[in-house]
Amino acid sequence: MSEQRDLVLDIKNLTKHFPMGGMRDTRKVHAVEDVTFALPRTEIVTLVGESGSGKSTTARLISRLIEPTSGEVIYNGKDVLKTQPGGASLEYRGDIQMVFQDPFGSLNPAHTIGYHIERPLLIHKKVSGRKALKDRVHELLDTVGLGPADETAAKFPYELSGGQRQRVGFARALSVEPKVILADEPVSMLDVSIRVGVLNLMKRLAEDSGLSFLYITHDIASARYISDHTNVMYAGRMVEGAPSDTLVHEPAHPYTRLLLSAVPNPHAGLRTQETQARGEIPSLIDPPPGCPFAARCPHVMDVCRQIMPGAVTIAPHHWVRCHLYGDGGESPLPNAANSVG
Amino acid sequence: MSSSVNTALENAQTEVSTPEPPKNQPVRKAKRASGVVGLLLQNRKAAVGAFIVVFYVLVAVLGPYLVPYDPTQIVGRRHTPPSWEHWFGTDGSGKDVLSQTVVGARSSLATGFIVGSIVTVVGILIGMTAGYMRGRVDDFLSTLINIVLIIPGLPLLIVLAAFLPAGFWSIIFVLSVTGWAWGSRVLRSQTMSLREKDFVASAVTVGEGKLRIMLREILPNMMSIVVAGFFGAVNYAIGAQAGLEFLGLGNPSNVSWGNNLYWAQNNSAMLVGAWWTLIPSGLSIALVAFGFSMINYAIDEVTNPRLRSQRQTASILKKQPAKVRRSRATPVLMEGNGD
Repeated sequence: MSEQRDLVLDIKNLTKHFPMGGMRDTRKVHAVEDVTFALPRTEIVTLVGESGSGKSTTARLISRLIEPTSGEVIYNGKDVLKTQPGGASLEYRGDIQMVFQDPFGSLNPAHTIGYHIERPLLIHKKVSGRKALKDRVHELLDTVGLGPADETAAKFPYELSGGQRQRVGFARALSVEPKVILADEPVSMLDVSIRVGVLNLMKRLAEDSGLSFLYITHDIASARYISDHTNVMYAGRMVEGAPSDTLVHEPAHPYTRLLLSAVPNPHAGLRTQETQARGEIPSLIDPPPGCPFAARCPHVMDVCRQIMPGAVTIAPHHWVRCHLYGDGGESPLPNAANSVG
Repeated sequence: MSSSVNTALENAQTEVSTPEPPKNQPVRKAKRASGVVGLLLQNRKAAVGAFIVVFYVLVAVLGPYLVPYDPTQIVGRRHTPPSWEHWFGTDGSGKDVLSQTVVGARSSLATGFIVGSIVTVVGILIGMTAGYMRGRVDDFLSTLINIVLIIPGLPLLIVLAAFLPAGFWSIIFVLSVTGWAWGSRVLRSQTMSLREKDFVASAVTVGEGKLRIMLREILPNMMSIVVAGFFGAVNYAIGAQAGLEFLGLGNPSNVSWGNNLYWAQNNSAMLVGAWWTLIPSGLSIALVAFGFSMINYAIDEVTNPRLRSQRQTASILKKQPAKVRRSRATPVLMEGNGD
């Protein structure tokens, strides 16, 4: 746990505002606001939060499918938004890969499984020659447990089940030998019975291949199962970050407690922490000042509706943005190295 | 004895455990190809449409070698009704109508397919570019599409055809210029919805270029629209070419269905009751249009399961009229023997 961690990705103050579409409409949807976190090499870091909290948008910003409004995406010490202003370079595309939520939408129905995996290999010139290409495709399919490989390669996506398709998604992401995989809710559309298989696949890849994962989920239990560090997002903002076990055992933010109380099969320690918060995520269109959780929070105070709380470090590697902690003033986020640990 | 049994057993086992892997790919491809074509041919509309279109294509390709007379030569008396010598009779200047109709198929169908191809390619290029790029590019191209769509087609056709030198290629040019916009607009909106799919996003993240994403990721997923648009454009072109030529805006010495009708009109066929000079070309145009429309309906049906199920329901209803209760409630089909 040295302070000088080897960070493969360091995200600072990432913000995305979407315009509202209309010609005269100057309102903006604040999808992601001031998101800061770090991804150390060979670790799995989780973003957890309910639908609409900006998790997927964050992943798409990092993979540069959409361009952020402001902020920094520091990859291997360089801010890629500054060094590659016109869009991601091929090298960055190769290093940062993404696995999508919907296995039924992320494979092109018009192409075979083999084609899906061949293309990145050809684009990034990872192999030369048809024989080597075929062998590598088969090797990748075997890696993700989709044997017999030559049969699978000739199939079309509609011939595979959801879990198998998600494995194809991983095989495609792995084909370019990336450094980071952004896994956007990779198991949420899968049957419960095959989720663990996909999660274990991720774990194995992180350990064996030296990959770093950003795992995005709304399921805090799977976050604890798989990841080293968990960050909680709410309404486009990060509200708490801690090592996964700490977060589950000593949740600080009322929203984290709400998430934990929503886990259907809580451990004994959680039963006493029932919270009464209810309601929906607030509108993200030009939100009022103050804490976005104020409307739902059981511990809401006057200050919550006026000032966005700053990040307070309450334990080593554990920080929270809530007026219940600290002096209630607006303090800056701790720097990323501290926040991750 | 026992050893031979053992080897036989082993052989049997290896046969079972390796189900001929190298054969796998070609078999799969063949199955898939026959799937789409087979599905289309099972459809009665498609079979009828394909039969008509194939018949006329054969007439256009082979006909000019088989016709009894030269369609440009005067071979008989004027306006003779159908007879053994002239199956479809002769026209107002004594030319053989059967030969004219058969030879005219080539010009009409060629115009149709050439214009259809040009219109489809231009429609794909402009529509997909607008739908994929969005922003300024889309604003500009959409405006262009809307302008072409809003200009009344026939007057523009007439004006353009009147200014250009009369001839086969001028008509193709005029029809292409006025015909591409509708397909463009349909493909633009389809591209806009497909580009939001995750498989496009994943193609971007693996580093595919824009052109390749458009042509290899998005385009194959709207082939049914492209093909239907192509047949629609062929139909439009055949009809519009006949219309222009009927108005005298083509090259009147060229033999085509439109020109046949133009000459019939010029020689007052209707006044003298020479119906045989009108019917063959007119009916050919109508039949070809019918054939292409049938194919289009079939494509629509095959790619849109809701229409297919409607047809199935209708056929079940037809077979068992007595068992369906007419009431206000949702109709319940008793013993449905459809699938």
